[in-house]
Amino acid sequence: MREIHVDEIVSVVERLFIDANIELSDNMYGAIRDAIEKENSPVGKEVLRELLKNADTAREEHMPICQDTGLAVTFLEMGQDVHILGGDLTEAVSEGVRRAYRNGYLRKSCCHPFSRKNTGDNTPPIIHTKIVPGDRMRITVLPKGGGSENYGEVRMLMPAEGKEGVKAFVLEMVRKGGPNPCPPITVGVGIGGNFETSALLSKEALMVPVGARHDDEELAAMEREMLNEINETGIGPQGYGGTVTALDVHIKMAPCHLASLPVAVNIQCHAHRIREALL
Amino acid sequence: MTSGIKRITTPLADDVTGSLKAGEKVLLSGFVYTARDAAHKRFAETLEAGGELPFDIRGQVIYYCGPAPAPPGKVIGSCGPTTSSRMDVYAPRLISLGLKGMIGKGKRSEGVRGALKEHKAVYLGATGGAGALLARTVVAADVIAYEDLGPEAVIRLEVKDMPLFVINDTHDGDLYQDGMERYKK
Repeated sequence: MREIHVDEIVSVVERLFIDANIELSDNMYGAIRDAIEKENSPVGKEVLRELLKNADTAREEHMPICQDTGLAVTFLEMGQDVHILGGDLTEAVSEGVRRAYRNGYLRKSCCHPFSRKNTGDNTPPIIHTKIVPGDRMRITVLPKGGGSENYGEVRMLMPAEGKEGVKAFVLEMVRKGGPNPCPPITVGVGIGGNFETSALLSKEALMVPVGARHDDEELAAMEREMLNEINETGIGPQGYGGTVTALDVHIKMAPCHLASLPVAVNIQCHAHRIREALL
Repeated sequence: MTSGIKRITTPLADDVTGSLKAGEKVLLSGFVYTARDAAHKRFAETLEAGGELPFDIRGQVIYYCGPAPAPPGKVIGSCGPTTSSRMDVYAPRLISLGLKGMIGKGKRSEGVRGALKEHKAVYLGATGGAGALLARTVVAADVIAYEDLGPEAVIRLEVKDMPLFVINDTHDGDLYQDGMERYKK
């Protein structure tokens, strides 16, 4: 049994959200830099250069990369031998979010679905918890903007549609989004499980670094094929036309019901912000 | 691509909007007014009730943007564009009242594109997600209406050399359409 105090969780969550929003990860910075070489369109190259300059500016000025600092998506991997001390775990994450969005001058983007009244402090966060063996706790934050999230979808395919059906669905979603989700995008594809599992898998797929391939060769090949097809659409950086529409595509897959083939597509903008800490 | 770029200044006259071509980069200076979903809803309600908009819209440019809060010592926080299509239902009316430019990201409806051509207005793209870079071009920021809307208030921004691409010009030119056609395989 290992004890972790809620105060530590509050301060770690605060730091992670501020860092994620202000400093683009090395993985994404490198991916955009490499994309300049791969891009054939002069306008596309210019946009990609703006994105690198933007990341540099954000770091220098200590300002968010993008004004849409997102809903506060938080993944908790809790070792089953961890004991939380001093209060309520959910409230600790909320307090960390509250402090990050206030002290980091991040935009509060959480509102009532109908009245659109802002909750004022970017809470409640969206928390996904997984219990795992061990006595450590991993906190991963993924502040996610609305522009890209709006182009996600869950669809229950017919099992007979198979791999080709999944690929066609992904391509359809990318075309539908076009310039709106701020390409170059990364695409998370959740396959299997049930309705809600597929959606969660698609979000988890976005947490895989750009450039990494699935360890199952069949799925790795699918990722490569989908990436090529997406980059042949011509959408390009910001949708202004070009050869780099997506930086990567990642799949997460789980077994599903005999009668089903659930598939979820979650699209992420180029401002792919992610940070983690292991307590 | 920094030398020889066209510079334009607000308010925009018809000969300026008419000279712009889809796909070209411009540097915009002068005043622009932020407004997004909630502010547009209020514009529509105000006009419906026979009232006046909070600023004289003739020749002006609206920026679809809800900035992040200004950190201490800064004029404004990160301030990139939001998706324009959500404002498509409101834009033709504002264009008919004299609005000459909109800055945002993403495709516009046929109704908006038609209004641009009819009234010699343009749709300009700011790079989505480049909010810190765009914030550097803002010289001054004053909330002029709807302060209660927080990040959705109407803010008059004074900008200097704001980098933009012409997406829809007054001659049916469409960067999204042309660009995609050119590079698709």
